Amino acid sequence: MKFEINEDTIIALATPPGVGAISVIRLSGPSSFTAIDEVFAGKVQISSAKTHTIHYGQIIENDEIIDDVLVSVFRAPNSYTAEDIVEISSHGSPLIAQKIISLILKNCQIRLAEPGEFTKRAFLNNRIDLAQAEAVADLINSRTSVSLRGARNQMDGLLSSNVLSLRTKLIEVSAFVELELDFAEEDIEFVKRTELVAKINYILSEIEALLESFSFGKIVREGINVALVGEPNVGKSSLLNYLLKESRAIVSSTPGTTRDIIREEISIDGYLFRLHDTAGIRSSKEEVEKEGVERSKELIKNADLIVFIGDVYIGFSDELYDELRKLNPSIKILKVLNKTDLGIKRLYSEDFQISAKTGDGIPHFLNGLKVEVFQDGIYSERTAIVSSVRHYDCLTKAKKNLIRALEALSENISGEFLASDLRASEISLAEIIGEVTPEEILIDIFSKFCIGK
Amino acid sequence: MRNNSFDIIVIGGGHAGIEAAASASRMGCTVVLMTMDRNALARMSCNPAIGGTAKGHLVREVDALGGLMGKIADETGIQFRMLNKSKGPAVWSPRCQSDRKLYSEVAVELISSFENITVIENSIVEILIENNVVVGVRTGSGEEIVARAAILSAGTFMNAIMHTGLNATNGGRFGEKPSVGITESLVNLGFISGRLKTGTPPRLKKSSINFNTLEEQPGDTNPKPFSHFTDPVNFPALSQVSCHITYTDSNVHKVLEKGFDRSPMFTGLINGVGPRYCPSIEDKVVRFSDREKHQLFLEPEGLESDQIYVNGFSTSLPAEIQLEALHKIKGLEEVEMVRPGYAVEYDFFPPHQVDSTLETKLIKGLYFAGQINGTSGYEEAAAQGLMAGINAALKIQGRKEFVLKRSEAYIGVLIDDLVTKSTDEPYRMFTSRAEHRLLLRQDNADRRLMNYGQELGLVNFQDAQIVQDREAKIFKGITACKSQKLNAKKINNFLESKGSSIIDSTETIANLCRRPELSLSEILKLDGLSEHVDISPLIEDELAMRQVEIDLKYEGYLKRQEEMIAKMEKYEDHYIPLTLNYLEVKALSTESREKLQKFKPRSIGQASRLPGVTPSDISVLLIYLKR
Ligand SMILES: Cc1cc2nc3c(=O)[nH]c(=O)nc-3n(C[C@H](O)[C@H](O)[C@H](O)COP(=O)(O)OP(=O)(O)OC[C@H]3O[C@@H](n4cnc5c(N)ncnc54)[C@H](O)[C@@H]3O)c2cc1C
Ligand SMILES: Nc1nc2c(ncn2[C@@H]2O[C@H](COP(=O)(O)OP(=O)(O)OP(=O)(O)O)[C@@H](O)[C@H]2O)c(=O)[nH]1
Ligand SMILES: [Mg+2]
Repeated sequence: MKFEINEDTIIALATPPGVGAISVIRLSGPSSFTAIDEVFAGKVQISSAKTHTIHYGQIIENDEIIDDVLVSVFRAPNSYTAEDIVEISSHGSPLIAQKIISLILKNCQIRLAEPGEFTKRAFLNNRIDLAQAEAVADLINSRTSVSLRGARNQMDGLLSSNVLSLRTKLIEVSAFVELELDFAEEDIEFVKRTELVAKINYILSEIEALLESFSFGKIVREGINVALVGEPNVGKSSLLNYLLKESRAIVSSTPGTTRDIIREEISIDGYLFRLHDTAGIRSSKEEVEKEGVERSKELIKNADLIVFIGDVYIGFSDELYDELRKLNPSIKILKVLNKTDLGIKRLYSEDFQISAKTGDGIPHFLNGLKVEVFQDGIYSERTAIVSSVRHYDCLTKAKKNLIRALEALSENISGEFLASDLRASEISLAEIIGEVTPEEILIDIFSKFCIGK
Repeated sequence: MRNNSFDIIVIGGGHAGIEAAASASRMGCTVVLMTMDRNALARMSCNPAIGGTAKGHLVREVDALGGLMGKIADETGIQFRMLNKSKGPAVWSPRCQSDRKLYSEVAVELISSFENITVIENSIVEILIENNVVVGVRTGSGEEIVARAAILSAGTFMNAIMHTGLNATNGGRFGEKPSVGITESLVNLGFISGRLKTGTPPRLKKSSINFNTLEEQPGDTNPKPFSHFTDPVNFPALSQVSCHITYTDSNVHKVLEKGFDRSPMFTGLINGVGPRYCPSIEDKVVRFSDREKHQLFLEPEGLESDQIYVNGFSTSLPAEIQLEALHKIKGLEEVEMVRPGYAVEYDFFPPHQVDSTLETKLIKGLYFAGQINGTSGYEEAAAQGLMAGINAALKIQGRKEFVLKRSEAYIGVLIDDLVTKSTDEPYRMFTSRAEHRLLLRQDNADRRLMNYGQELGLVNFQDAQIVQDREAKIFKGITACKSQKLNAKKINNFLESKGSSIIDSTETIANLCRRPELSLSEILKLDGLSEHVDISPLIEDELAMRQVEIDLKYEGYLKRQEEMIAKMEKYEDHYIPLTLNYLEVKALSTESREKLQKFKPRSIGQASRLPGVTPSDISVLLIYLKR
């Protein structure tokens, strides 16, 4: 017996995120081919391509090429899941891969795959055996139990608590709407529609803020602002040049070489970092250098992370450290000791040791930089971040339905229609954190209003 | 000694019991209806009213399936109102005030018209079981009655205690004895019982009330019957009366507070959980202390009756406090209290112990229906009684069970909620419980259910045929309205007269109908349309016209709900064997494993609604079931 649960098409990154020279995006389900046709420009239309063929072309968004890709076509039932499958190999970083996924999700009736879903489909369509499938089941389960314990990283924790509070607010709005419907006969004052509009608008703005935080929108699109600071001549510009693998900034043994801020972007495992090489901070009488120092200070105030560079001669001055702290009290400061190749061994309080000349210690430092941002979350201290496309997807749906609810309100339509939009919105939020039951709405009503004859 | 063998025994002649007996009997079974008072069939224990928000929907559905409630209500109603008429059609709910005495009399008459229902006045004390299958019951006088199935619908009677102030008496309803023995016999078999409470307000002497100073609340001027089968010509059958509205105030509240030290609720005498949506007046005073007044409805108990029911004043405070407080209320200054309000505590069986057919999971052939499943309300009871009767009959006849989906009926929502969420407080229906509310309207109960009624043998072929024929008219009508265009010349005058914006060239009827200010019937009455083959039938059939109008006006919303249903359907139809041992499914979380084992959901859809069961658990289950 074939158990058909899959009328919908799913998409996900098939290669592990953050590593490898190419990324593979997989689509499975009946609309795989039509979905790819929407965004792919090549010699052949994928929907008319033969099974087991590979096609070269570009992924296009608004006439702009996102990436050169190879598309592999597998027609049902001769595929991993026994459904129509398309695999897109993109060269770019996972960033680009995520961009492609977002693009396809935006354009088409497709949803993001749940963990293990391709394998689940493979199993349900008798492509793999039970032992394999049970391994998947365990995997699915272990993931959720982790998430249930709240042991996921902080970013997710903060997001769920944000979504949870939005959900609570949404339940409250629903309760007001339901009140009018189920308790019309009661002697209670119903909430004014203008008030509902205000409440929905508030939730909407919160959802929008979350959507904006989407890592590919914010952290990744905008990048993480890293200020390279330190006293003159410690090797800030040298480090920048080393990372860029080119002589971008002038390097010289004269202290005070860098005057204006030099901005460059690098990608560490697919994440965008904006490096800012600054003028070495010291009190100077010279007009231009003074201005340069001012700009450095301004930058430090707005940066997401400070890399405080010292060298083996002078280490890290407490004065400068205190000044940095004063300029940006909450910021994380990483101390990096440069010029270790000189063989001078002194003990400083550094977090990392590098040589901008030989490259020693730099990979370790870069990894540290990434860990600092994404696990320890300098962002998470400030705001919840939407980091998964699935969550982004859910929030987008929630938003769409709220907008529809606002339209319904403006048309002065009866409450039960409004309620159906609100409920749809609740369901989308619930997909992030768990189900909202009508019971919860009723409980809210009973706790707030004097109901009952 | 065993004698008297029947197909089905129904224990309890309340709202659940009479529907169960009637449906099973109509389906060809021999039924014995056991009840403690043969003249108290379908007695209204509390307020003399049928219907109301969401409850009205249940009545319409019970009726479309051939049940009794709508018919009795139509015959005995003394005030009919459609609630929520200013809102969209999905939340319109019919309600009526009933003549309490007549209601029961009509029920007795109806039941006695069934040849294969035997009514026996006796209390059942034990349900007889052999090898986990029902074989009969034992009466208080020691007789055994043999049957192949038993439906327990004993209402608020099991080990019931009534409270007024600190006085407690054994009894399930004023003047009636409790039912003793059944709970114990079932608990011995492994059932779990719980305790709930409900209350009722005092009854007042009508002639001692000064109505002149009170606001009057009349019924609808053009009342509509509950039943699809009631002849509109002879409706309403009785003359119609009004209710009156009055309010409590802070003086009333002060008097009530004096009695709090003798309240069985506040002193902890009552352990049962009461309904939150139906709080006693003392609860309201405590919980909403900032409110200076509470609304009360004075509802007539019947045309001949000199009693008035004080809706909103349910209480179990001492009788003298009740009376003193009443005297402070406008219009009731001189009132005489016929009978004080009281609270009643009773046993129920948390409903995770029944399956969606209302058969218990533990004992085959035993069905639970009505208040004993933790619900409250006549309509909720009737709906369950009907379904239990149908399923007991089907099972005896070896036919396929009958379970309504959440997407098909409020009845489906009700039973599904009971079996997937169980309940620890009295459960009442609300429209917000139905996620597909826009489709489950009181106006289309016949379209949704009458076919089933006919297949089951509960609705006449001719009656079902009328609905079928109308279905064709509706379908053609919708298509016609979507294609038929009206031109500006012909219609702009009309549009202007309705304050609707005029059109440039042409517009379809459907698009015009979507404008909130226009009604389909007005549009169709425009010149020339009555000639149209597919439109003229609508003009002649008001009901068909209304269905087309709703469909057109709210098309977008209705489509979306239909899509949602379609998406869920495969999960609803994916059955899980009742024998599945969840404890063996190691990949499930411990919490879910226990939940699933306790509830034994019948489908993946039901499993997904159990509180605490996550989408990943469902994936695990789907995979496990593939074995
Ligand atoms: C005091 C009171 C207040 C209530 N207040 C409200 C309210 O505020 N709102 C609301 O919605 N509902 C209220 N109700 C509930 C409403 O009356 C019930 O929901 C409804 O009547 C339940 O129907 P039923 O068929 O399950 O049981 P019932 O109508 O209670 O009928 C039970 C029947 O079973 C018979 N019976 C019981 N035990 C045995 C036995 N062992 N052998 C034979 N026959 C037996 C009885 O004689 C009776 O005929 C109240 C009920 C009471 C008593
Ligand atoms: N041996 C050694 N020399 C280094 C290293 N990094 C930088 N230098 C030297 O140190 C000097 C200063 O380097 P810069 O990169 O210009 O230093 P800076 O911190 O940018 O200085 P300002 O811009 O003046 O503030 C240069 O002569 C570099 O060649 C290193 O890792 N090892
Ligand atoms: Mg420099």
